[in-house]
Amino acid sequence: MMNSKMGRIDAAFLAFLTVALVVAAVVTVGGKFWWLPPLASEHGKAIDTLFIVTLAITGLVFVLVQLFLALVIFKFAGSEKRRAAHFTDNKALELIWTIVPAVILTALIVSGGRLWSRIQIAEPPEDAFKVEVWGEQFRWTFRYPGKDGQFGRTDPKLISVENPLGIDKNDPAAKDDIFFFAGEENLHIPVNKPVVVYLRSKDVLHSFYVPQLRVKQDAVPGMVTRTWFVVTKKGEYEIACAELCGLGHYMMRGVMVAEDEKDVENWLKDQLTVADVLP
Amino acid sequence: MEQKTAHEHEIAHKPESFWTKYIFSQDAKIIGIQYLITAFLMGFFAMVLSWLMRIQLGWPGKQFPWLERLMPNAMEGGVMKPEFYIALVTIHGTVMVFFFITAALVGGFSNILIPLQIGARDMAFPFVNMLSYWVFLASCIVLISSFFVPGGPAGGGWTMYPPLSSVKEALPGSGWGTTLWLLSMALFIVSTTMGSLNYITTVLNLRTKGMTMGRLPLTVWALFVAAIIGLLSFPVLFAGAVMLLLDRHLGTSFFTPYIVVAEQHIPREGGFPLLWQHLFWFLGHPEVYIAILPAMGITSEVISTNARKPIFGYKTMVASICAIGFLSFIVWGHHMFVSGMNPWLGTAFMTTTLVIAVPSAIKTFNWLATLWGANIRFTTAMLFAIGFVSTFVTGGLTGLFLGNPPIDIQLHDTYFVVAHFHMVMGTAAAFGIFAGTYHWFPKMFGRMMNEKLGKLHFFLTFIGVYLVFFPMHFLGFMGIPRRYYAFDQFQSFAAAAGGSINLLISVVAIAVGLAQLIFVFNFVWSAFKGQKADSNPWKANTLEWQAPSPPPHGNWGDELPVVYRWPYDYSVPGATEDFIPQTVPTVTVQTEKDGGEVKDGKVS
Repeated sequence: MMNSKMGRIDAAFLAFLTVALVVAAVVTVGGKFWWLPPLASEHGKAIDTLFIVTLAITGLVFVLVQLFLALVIFKFAGSEKRRAAHFTDNKALELIWTIVPAVILTALIVSGGRLWSRIQIAEPPEDAFKVEVWGEQFRWTFRYPGKDGQFGRTDPKLISVENPLGIDKNDPAAKDDIFFFAGEENLHIPVNKPVVVYLRSKDVLHSFYVPQLRVKQDAVPGMVTRTWFVVTKKGEYEIACAELCGLGHYMMRGVMVAEDEKDVENWLKDQLTVADVLP
Repeated sequence: MEQKTAHEHEIAHKPESFWTKYIFSQDAKIIGIQYLITAFLMGFFAMVLSWLMRIQLGWPGKQFPWLERLMPNAMEGGVMKPEFYIALVTIHGTVMVFFFITAALVGGFSNILIPLQIGARDMAFPFVNMLSYWVFLASCIVLISSFFVPGGPAGGGWTMYPPLSSVKEALPGSGWGTTLWLLSMALFIVSTTMGSLNYITTVLNLRTKGMTMGRLPLTVWALFVAAIIGLLSFPVLFAGAVMLLLDRHLGTSFFTPYIVVAEQHIPREGGFPLLWQHLFWFLGHPEVYIAILPAMGITSEVISTNARKPIFGYKTMVASICAIGFLSFIVWGHHMFVSGMNPWLGTAFMTTTLVIAVPSAIKTFNWLATLWGANIRFTTAMLFAIGFVSTFVTGGLTGLFLGNPPIDIQLHDTYFVVAHFHMVMGTAAAFGIFAGTYHWFPKMFGRMMNEKLGKLHFFLTFIGVYLVFFPMHFLGFMGIPRRYYAFDQFQSFAAAAGGSINLLISVVAIAVGLAQLIFVFNFVWSAFKGQKADSNPWKANTLEWQAPSPPPHGNWGDELPVVYRWPYDYSVPGATEDFIPQTVPTVTVQTEKDGGEVKDGKVS
């Protein structure tokens, strides 16, 4: 048999480490030394709330289970003088720890599902500000629909140095579109107004990620994906790529400028349209 | 008749030459050891790759001339190239998931444990079993060879998402490197399929007399269900890998639409990148359960043996294993909440994903209940099994964030995900492997591992993994994306990730990696010089401990063992010893009370 004195030292040390883990976790998480980026979107508030609720629930379970583990390690360290208890199951106990997690998880499923319906399944309002964000290795570029509110047809076969998004200039809806060459311009959007971003990619997968807005949506070549949000604070926000897209993935940076709607409109008025750029 | 069959087997399992006994062996135990050692070597290799990543993340931009001497191309000027960094990310993940964890737990422990624990002489198909190992070895060699081809190894991430992986213009590693990655994966799947078929058939058909399914040790249940999952899910990735190879080399368009990479038109039509993601994760998610179930089985067995207590709620444990096995097939979409798939699917996959937490919670509570009232013997194996419970709880809970799609929007592809799966799948599964290795080493080699070195290894590793992976949650809170070569391009990331957290993680990661050398030394030294083990050093109940250490080819003498009871009769009240092996007939146990009889753990 193992030396039981050695066993008690192991037990005490492992129990101590487990308690230390719990203390460190509670202090570092509770102290919010490293926390979510400052929030700047409307729907993000609900996401952050759900995050906090989940953190509270899982945090409580973490603390209780780890402390209980420390307790049993310490309390039931082996001894040659003693014999273990003998019981094989307990229907009531097992039922409790099946039902309690099931109830908690159901609550999380319901709240998560409702929020998801509201922010991802729900259609954006009709009058939302529309913009297309295109990813390509390793830059972002943007297209606005112009006065008609409609994006002109695109075809990747038409992509060239002059026509980087492959816009079909013969499509009437395309004439007043405004587009930029990759990296040429920042993304301008209005604050306090729903913004729909249609995501497209020229080459590989990318992911449109603005940490402060709680927004992340992949851009997939061959299809158009969508995300929408309301920015609540004016300012500049960094757009990062969150889907591995090649060796320059880490430097695929864009800038989103959130400003008053009027300023966005004025800015758009000064831009050249497809009719100007692609004769 | 029974006698004759056993005798015939004995002849079939006569001693062999060195080559047929240790190299081209058809003996499951030897094949298991081959798998285990190969997996450890691969795991060590992948750990060295993680050191290189940590050097880049801990000391970005610093020049390392000695690394340039080792790898002149990848480390030009002593600074890592970005394409090499993502190749490291890719190969580290691939090797750890498939070639270390899966190979060790499924290939290694299925072979070491299944025939012995069910009282069989060997696997149902010993030749296929041997083939399974050698195909696995070939897949390892093919993958490692990708370091020596033009463009270097694959760099598309272990998930290999097209079009990055399907078009060679998209990435240096998407040339030869990705072709070899796919070939290696295809070979690996052929190997696992042969293995899984074998394990399932063996468990179903070769159980000895009295070994009903209800008397199987939880290790066998876990390995059995893992084999079923593997058999049903791996071939899907095989199909995907073949389709991706066709996209790459024959110009098909399964996953690749018409794209333009750096002004160069790639003339494909109609391919759908998300199709690959569905195919990949249809394996990819069950895969984490293929890895974690055997680790859970080992944990159950080691905890019960060293707690000197019956496993709590055996039937619920089996039901949980089966429930996890079933649910593992319908949760894959939680990797794709923001991929562009229909958001209604997100709701469905969220539901199944959070439901799978119920059987996981049950298992955890049952382990804790097993420990309650125990007389715990702190062997190294036991420490690692307790470490499994600890890390599984820590890593499992964070799954509730990522499984909930609104929260996943923010945390997806950040370091929070890295923290989550390294705790629950990386560390917990590795702890399962270590627990199993320390526990069954005497059976494998007939010698004990050194317990002092073992405990040193455990405590350094336990402290180390928490210091490495726990802070990554905070990087995730701050929104730091994963698979980033550097964080200096973004103001918000540079401020958050440029600080001391990454430095701390790097220093500890290298230290905890070095601590694994203690294990390597202990393993090798003990295999030759360790203290001789008797047949049942842990006083355990399962059948393998009734065979000699190590068991001969064919495992048992003239007669197969007969099973009379379940494997968890520990500390049965009234019995003189605190364990009753499965081979002990129910009526012959000595009891303190006269005339008492011990049957399945209950005195009547």
